[in-house]
Amino acid sequence: MSTARAEVAELAGREYAYGFSTDLDTDFAPRGLSEEVIALISAKKGEPDWLCDWRLGAYRHWRTLTEPSWQNVTYPPIAYDDIIYYAAPKKKAAPSSLDEVDPEVRAMFDKLGISLAEQERLSGVAVDAVVDSVSVATTFQARLAEAGVIFCSFSQAVRDHPDLVRAYLGSVVPFRDNFFAALNSAVFTDGSFCYVPKGVRCPMELSTYFRINAAGTGQFERTLIVAEEGASVSYLEGCTAPMRDEHQLHAAVVELVAMDDATIKYSTVQNWYPGDAEGRGGVYNFVTKRGRAAGARSKISWTQVETGSAITWKYPGVVLQGDGSVGEFYSVAVSAGHQQADTGTKMIHIGKDTRSTIVSKAISTGHGQNTYRGLVKMLRSAEGARNHTRCDSLLIGGDCGAHTFPYVEVKHPTAQVEHEATTSKVSDDQLFYARQRGISEEEATSMIVNGFCREVFRELPMEFAVEAQRLLSVSLEGAVG
Amino acid sequence: MLVVDDLHASIGGTEILHGLSLEIGDGEIHAVMGPNGSGKSTLAHVLAGRDPYQVTAGRVLYDGADLLAMTPEERAAAGVFLGFQHPVEIPGVPTMYFLRTALNALRRARHHEELGPVEFLALVDAKRRLVDMDRSLLDRAVNDGFSGGERKRNEILQMLVLEPRLAVLDETDSGLDIDALRVVAAGVRSLRAPHRSAVVITHHRRLLDHLVPDQVHVLAGGRIVRSGGADLAAELEAHGYAGVHEPGAEPHPVSTATAR
Ligand SMILES: Nc1ncnc2c1ncn2[C@@H]1O[C@H](COP(=O)(O)OP(=O)(O)OP(=O)(O)O)[C@@H](O)[C@H]1O
Ligand SMILES: [Mg+2]
Repeated sequence: MSTARAEVAELAGREYAYGFSTDLDTDFAPRGLSEEVIALISAKKGEPDWLCDWRLGAYRHWRTLTEPSWQNVTYPPIAYDDIIYYAAPKKKAAPSSLDEVDPEVRAMFDKLGISLAEQERLSGVAVDAVVDSVSVATTFQARLAEAGVIFCSFSQAVRDHPDLVRAYLGSVVPFRDNFFAALNSAVFTDGSFCYVPKGVRCPMELSTYFRINAAGTGQFERTLIVAEEGASVSYLEGCTAPMRDEHQLHAAVVELVAMDDATIKYSTVQNWYPGDAEGRGGVYNFVTKRGRAAGARSKISWTQVETGSAITWKYPGVVLQGDGSVGEFYSVAVSAGHQQADTGTKMIHIGKDTRSTIVSKAISTGHGQNTYRGLVKMLRSAEGARNHTRCDSLLIGGDCGAHTFPYVEVKHPTAQVEHEATTSKVSDDQLFYARQRGISEEEATSMIVNGFCREVFRELPMEFAVEAQRLLSVSLEGAVG
Repeated sequence: MLVVDDLHASIGGTEILHGLSLEIGDGEIHAVMGPNGSGKSTLAHVLAGRDPYQVTAGRVLYDGADLLAMTPEERAAAGVFLGFQHPVEIPGVPTMYFLRTALNALRRARHHEELGPVEFLALVDAKRRLVDMDRSLLDRAVNDGFSGGERKRNEILQMLVLEPRLAVLDETDSGLDIDALRVVAAGVRSLRAPHRSAVVITHHRRLLDHLVPDQVHVLAGGRIVRSGGADLAAELEAHGYAGVHEPGAEPHPVSTATAR
């Protein structure tokens, strides 16, 4: 028996480096969900009537639905009546500079190693920081405004750009889409909004750090990104969450819209609390992400590195509507300890000569269960459409599992779908070979895992790629001796 | 340098080495020959510290220290190198990167400064020429899709870069073309030094003709049954292993069963 095997059980015992909770002066809605609570959320946010009505419509629809159970994951029933659907840090006035941001919030970001001050000075990344569902700080507004790019919290977008929000909200993910999308539409509290006008290349990477803070608070983010004709934007989403005993539900919705010749690149590094050694606690990450490549030759690209959460259930997809449009999905999903991941993508080809690429890398270790679930659909109109799918699974240790469910529907005779899948193990022979050359088992594993993920990491913006590699090493710490 | 004393080792509950003894002095090259399944690779793996092999009796002293008490990494850091009979593939890890990580791990363990990419490249380029290995091979993942001969050359390249004090080469000459055989021999000879030794496991006299070992041992039935000078290889080639055993050292019954 190699030490890798022997100590794989210790895997989930690793300390969650970001397990702390900051005592923000929080403003709660009553527990549970009703039309009154929704009206209260809408009123607290000073929303127009149409939005309140939209929320209520979503709520009424949600009440007719039952939670889906087809995913390859198991968890105790969620008590939706026990969730607090709204919590906001009591804010004085919206901060106009970083100095006005609550020092405690800033200290929290410092602990996470993402100090805004540093971000602003060094990295040239604008950060729309979301704490407890309300945006606390937004930077680089000036430079973006100069380029004509709107990047702000969702609430602010509702106030300042209601027509844009109204035109696109629910246009990619309607509230009827699924159970969690309906729930999100009813109760979402905040998120990010980005609008890039015609012909504009966004001058910097846009970035949001999400954070779940108040105990027992669900987090329902809403993100909407629109790139007009010929526009391009790269958006980074990164997350960590503090340690909690009870499960936390996170049901976000992300909608992307790309017009003719527009490009949207959306990158995620997800590192939420995965639960303790026995699999207690940890975030339920039930997210609906979809892009509409509406225009001809438009391109939407999803890259995700999912290392956290107790359960991950997400299928960032692209609806390839415009002729010659391109959809991409690059994913690394790690399930260690008792984590369960059921993730993949949906590529819906509608336009002619549309192309999609799917690269999924699943890593399982400990008792982790990793499922790739992907749908490639080529409609009758999708003449000459092409898809290439590659699903690779890597197993480390003996108690974990990898599963692949590729669904394919092709309605046009000229459409082509290719699928490749491999499953490999980090073998004792490989580890011994490396150790014989003087390389420790831990370093060897990390080398093999990073090699396995290279194709995906290469798609990430540089600084994110470095963070992703670090995260991966942390996630797999203790996977080997 | 190396003293193997009455070594008993088993795998999966089956004893393979039944009291093997061997002594290798500084600067010496020893050849180990013997029938298939006689325990040659077992010996090599035990010396390198491979997990599933269990040592049930005997001891191994390396420069006077208890080799069996060391982890594989520690043995590597102490200068023990194993050229594998079946080098494993490591997809996704470029050979260059693997080799640099290895060299720097050894240097760290020995409290030497790590080599930067530029110095390393120069070092590898020089060694690569010695084994006549194409640069493009080093950009590929470790042994990934390498031919049998390319893998063996890669073992020799690694040996040359890591400069071990004790190299154990397990059939590094098997499956090599005639040129490659010369390359392997040249590689081993180039490392020859008063403080370095080598154990060369082989089925073929050809390699030994190039190397001229100080001693040739016959391993059969889990023991050394005969030792001699370089000319023993020629004798074995002429007569096979059938009649080989030193007076007094009876071949273990298992050997007759496993020898083909
Ligand atoms: N896991 C195992 N369980 C039981 N027996 C094993 C196991 N692994 C190897 N053996 C046996 O140990 C014996 C010695 O094998 P070893 O690989 O050391 O032989 P060798 O001398 O290197 O042979 P070759 O010349 O073919 O390379 C063989 O009979 C082999 O079948
Ligand atoms: Mg062998």
